[in-house]
Amino acid sequence: MSLTLIYTILVLSVIGVISAVILYLVAQKFKIVEDPRVENVEKVLPGVNCGGCGFPGCHAFAEACVKAETLEGLYCSPGGNACMAEVAKILGKTVAEKDPMIAVVRCSGSFGVRPRTSVYDGVGTCAIAASTYSGDTACSYGCLGLADCVRVCAFDAIHMDEATGLPVVVEEKCTACGKCVTACPKFIIELRKKGPKGRRVFVSCINKDKGAVAIKACKVACIGCGKCVKECPFDAITMENNLAYIDFNKCRLCRKCVPVCPTKAIHETNFPPRKPAEESAGTAA
Amino acid sequence: MFGKKVKTFPQGGIHPEDKKFSDHKQIVDLPLPATVYIPCSQHIGAPAVPVVQPGDKVLVGQLIAQRQGFISANVHSSVSGTVKKMVELPDPEGWKKPSFEIEVSGDEWLDGIDRSPELNMDITATPDEIRAKVTAAGIVGLGGATFPADIKLSIPPGKSAEFLIINGVECEPYLTSDHRLMLEKAEEIIVGIRIALKALGLKKALVGVEANTPDAIEQLKKFSNPYPEIEIVALKVWYPQGGERQLVKALTNREIPPPPRGLPIDVGCVVFNVATCFSIYEAVQKNKPLIDRVVTVTGDSVKDPSNFRVRIGTPIRALIDAAGGLPEDTAKVIRGSVMMGKAIPDISIPITKGAGGIVIIPENEAKRKQKQVCIRCAKCVSVCPLGMEPYLLMTLVEQGRLDEAELEKITNCCECGCCSFTCPSNRPLLDYIRYGKASVLQRMKARQQK
Repeated sequence: MSLTLIYTILVLSVIGVISAVILYLVAQKFKIVEDPRVENVEKVLPGVNCGGCGFPGCHAFAEACVKAETLEGLYCSPGGNACMAEVAKILGKTVAEKDPMIAVVRCSGSFGVRPRTSVYDGVGTCAIAASTYSGDTACSYGCLGLADCVRVCAFDAIHMDEATGLPVVVEEKCTACGKCVTACPKFIIELRKKGPKGRRVFVSCINKDKGAVAIKACKVACIGCGKCVKECPFDAITMENNLAYIDFNKCRLCRKCVPVCPTKAIHETNFPPRKPAEESAGTAA
Repeated sequence: MFGKKVKTFPQGGIHPEDKKFSDHKQIVDLPLPATVYIPCSQHIGAPAVPVVQPGDKVLVGQLIAQRQGFISANVHSSVSGTVKKMVELPDPEGWKKPSFEIEVSGDEWLDGIDRSPELNMDITATPDEIRAKVTAAGIVGLGGATFPADIKLSIPPGKSAEFLIINGVECEPYLTSDHRLMLEKAEEIIVGIRIALKALGLKKALVGVEANTPDAIEQLKKFSNPYPEIEIVALKVWYPQGGERQLVKALTNREIPPPPRGLPIDVGCVVFNVATCFSIYEAVQKNKPLIDRVVTVTGDSVKDPSNFRVRIGTPIRALIDAAGGLPEDTAKVIRGSVMMGKAIPDISIPITKGAGGIVIIPENEAKRKQKQVCIRCAKCVSVCPLGMEPYLLMTLVEQGRLDEAELEKITNCCECGCCSFTCPSNRPLLDYIRYGKASVLQRMKARQQK
């Protein structure tokens, strides 16, 4: 009886050893050699797999970085310049510094200024609402308020303001991955330069209708009057299809355009309050 | 209904409760409004190019916008008066489109339009003349798809046609405009069918009419008696019997290949609506361009559901006022019909060529019910006239799996809405499928361009 036990154990052990040897040999034969730098690069990446770089995750981005000749065109926006510098150090390549960006919502049509003309009762996503009709206000460009941008954000950096019905970007959390930009069917969200101390000037409207039509739909719409274009000393503002656009690479943050806008469609963020004298001078001009 | 079997399509379909409140109401002319708004684009294809300027005087039937490109249609003034200006007017989906604002003064018609009510039975025009007249008159498919009719009247090279299919099926609940037209203008419709037969050089026309309009069938049969090439076929009262695909299948037992490439001509059929046939008659025999159409204004709480002959460009508000005004409990105004149509965001928009009905839905019926989880009952599968799996398509679109949705042939969907109508969990199946279909079509287009 005890002999049977011993035989069994022996036979099983021998099979085990042989299998182990075969598995070892096979593993050696078909070994996948991965560049160890990929792992190192991946370690310094944020690891959120947001896809903002255009690759399906941080690992794929690390692979692309290692494979690429130069790091041109490869940028991890959640990691920022610091992260990319480390990546460059590991790979012995150089990387150009980029200005930090941030998502900017270019619609200010809150409930108070943009009267609702209809009630949408369908599926609660912007994508479906936008494919169904022009929206629940007379402005066919404005925010639908159904929060597709909020749902795609991996960083909890954008949320809906209940009082206005518009999305709000949390400055500290936004990494400019661009997910909300592609999710918005109305193309309202834009990645703009974050600016020194978060100071930015932008036109918070994308309505391309003629002035009279636009202002009827929304009190804070850009009416294409062109005052800001004339005011800008740096030629940063262009007027196309009744809509002003401020080029953030040319804008020097002088803020002269802000007070001249008759509908207050141009917004400034994080600036210190104006001195009363400066403000009156600005309005007079 | 008749005790004998009537033809139908083989798969799926539903029967929404009939609410034909206006089927006994004669078509009446709506008084001319003070101002009309005529959009340049009332058809599928390229918008027409304006040929009159603000300040110009126009007459009824005068060309105001010229067709451009292969798929397009002329637009004519439906009133006489002065072109005030070009305005950006929302279309039924709210997108702003260039339109003429014309102030009405009097009712002067362009010379050459025969306004007498006499029937003109002799078809003297040659096929080429017929096509030219239909093109000039700006006729589009009046069933709702608004595809330019002249293109359908010429058979593309390499294809051959056998049957002319006439759609007299008004399978939508509420609508009665085609029914009334068949009753009152049956003779004209028969002449229109003969004109289309002549233009196409065909020997057989099949007219499909739903069995719940026996008076229309009788009327059409009476006047088509002398013409053995025209056959009137009663069809089962079943939605979507009036869908092109279903109608061709029911009448000829042929299956149109799946979209986006499949057209009725691929199986030797050309399909026209009865209202389009009537317009073809008017264009060819009376020289009258498409400037008016029959519109049903109806709804559960509408005081006076009616069928109006309306000039194109009349604001929808005027029609509703003529039908007894907007009921107090109105929640939705649907342009077209309840199954296929869409709610409009503004009732000041005008009637265009494709609008066959205005349905006013009261509050208690307009609200969507709470969406619940799918219970896998497969009712949506059993009612889908195309044999697809709506529950699956919806899930794929919801999860963004558009590749798989494409493999499941989401683009075949005809958007009839049977699935959403029948779902016991009130799931918005069609909303998702319609969106998914549009996205997949966009992808396919992008791929082709690459």
